[in-house]
Amino acid sequence: MKILIIGGGMGGTILANNLARRLAPELKSGKVRLTMLSASDKHMYQPALLYLAFGRVTPDELYRDQASLLEPGIQFFVDPAEQFLLDENKVKTKGGKTHDYDLLVIATGSRPVPELIPGLAENAEQFYTEETAVKMFRRLRSFEGGRVVIAVGVPHKCPMAPLEITFMLHDYFKDRGIRDKVQLHYTYPIGRVHSLENVAKWAAPEFDRLGITYETLFNMKEVDGNAKVVRSEEGTEAPYDLLITIPAHRGMEVLEKNNMGAGGWIPTHRHQLNMEGRTNVFALGDTTNLPISKAGSTAHFEAEALGENIAAMVKLGSPVRDYDGKVFCFIEAGKDRATYAMFDYQNPPDPKPPTKAVHWFKMAYNKLYWVSARGLL
Amino acid sequence: MAERKVIDARGSFCPGPLMELIGGMKLAQVGDELEVLSNDKGSVNDIPEWIRKVGHEMLEVREEGDVWHIAVRKVK
Repeated sequence: MKILIIGGGMGGTILANNLARRLAPELKSGKVRLTMLSASDKHMYQPALLYLAFGRVTPDELYRDQASLLEPGIQFFVDPAEQFLLDENKVKTKGGKTHDYDLLVIATGSRPVPELIPGLAENAEQFYTEETAVKMFRRLRSFEGGRVVIAVGVPHKCPMAPLEITFMLHDYFKDRGIRDKVQLHYTYPIGRVHSLENVAKWAAPEFDRLGITYETLFNMKEVDGNAKVVRSEEGTEAPYDLLITIPAHRGMEVLEKNNMGAGGWIPTHRHQLNMEGRTNVFALGDTTNLPISKAGSTAHFEAEALGENIAAMVKLGSPVRDYDGKVFCFIEAGKDRATYAMFDYQNPPDPKPPTKAVHWFKMAYNKLYWVSARGLL
Repeated sequence: MAERKVIDARGSFCPGPLMELIGGMKLAQVGDELEVLSNDKGSVNDIPEWIRKVGHEMLEVREEGDVWHIAVRKVK
């Protein structure tokens, strides 16, 4: 059986390693072949970009060699997919190769698209790439005071990022001794300060306590860099001296070009993770159109469920479990306190008050991630 | 009649039904109809509130079992 994984991010890597362990005898005997295609020979730990924007990690700490994270037996090629011939069970690559498969898993992630809002890319800071996170770090270092507006696109990767960046900005300017010269103004697309009702109930009083103003039902329409104002679809506007955005995201262009799903999001079964209408094509992580958080933990938990199911399909002929919608997100509540939210399709989260212990666990996880990616944690 | 695109936001605590609709609107064309499925009763209030505020059109709100079907049209 030929298993082909497209994408060497968190989801694809955890799945590949999970399968390599579960199917070790089959890989050794040649009954199973496990292949991964990726666009890069590097693997980025994307959650660290938040810390890079504050100078708390350096760019080199973001990366490991992808090949070093993979179990022996996984055939890894830096050669991104270009054409999906699903009816023929084939994928053609940019390098001109054709890969046959029996089972295909697409885990190509998402990309920030600030350019979809006129004026946003040119006038806002954001930390979703190494380059823009470093640029944001330099801008924050030179900022001496004024009105900072946080504006959030939809959909976006990491649902806690809007809150985290805001709380961390508060502590950052406080530590620099200029918090009294900075007005922090938070905006959010829906009618409360966070999607998760219980998180919003905690965060709004925190904003009040810290002197952070906020405005809800604010969806960016355009940014006027000359007037220094961001206007919303709802007809309001927010003047700024420094605009920080959590940009909207899209799935990968290659999926849109292959008509795999609007916006590059693959229509996906919420429990079995197969592409709608296909029994041998699966999606996981940000790539799906599922109504759950675009977050590393989502990809991680989906990869574990899918790994178990694909191994069972090889060994038993059918999948054995459902993905239950599980998500776990740390929430940095400043520079040294954090809490978390854990939820699934059935159960909402019940976040506890932030503590230093959870923050330090998050700091530890930032290092443990490399063990997690190897499928060991 | 325009084809109605269904956004199945059942069990979506985060990003939640309204955020799913906002994302769906960005991919839709003017004139498209979208129907959100939600088992969060709050959607019955917060989706119409946002639709009114932005200036799109509410088409219907109906309850089937424990699922709310909220249909809207993109008009701008």
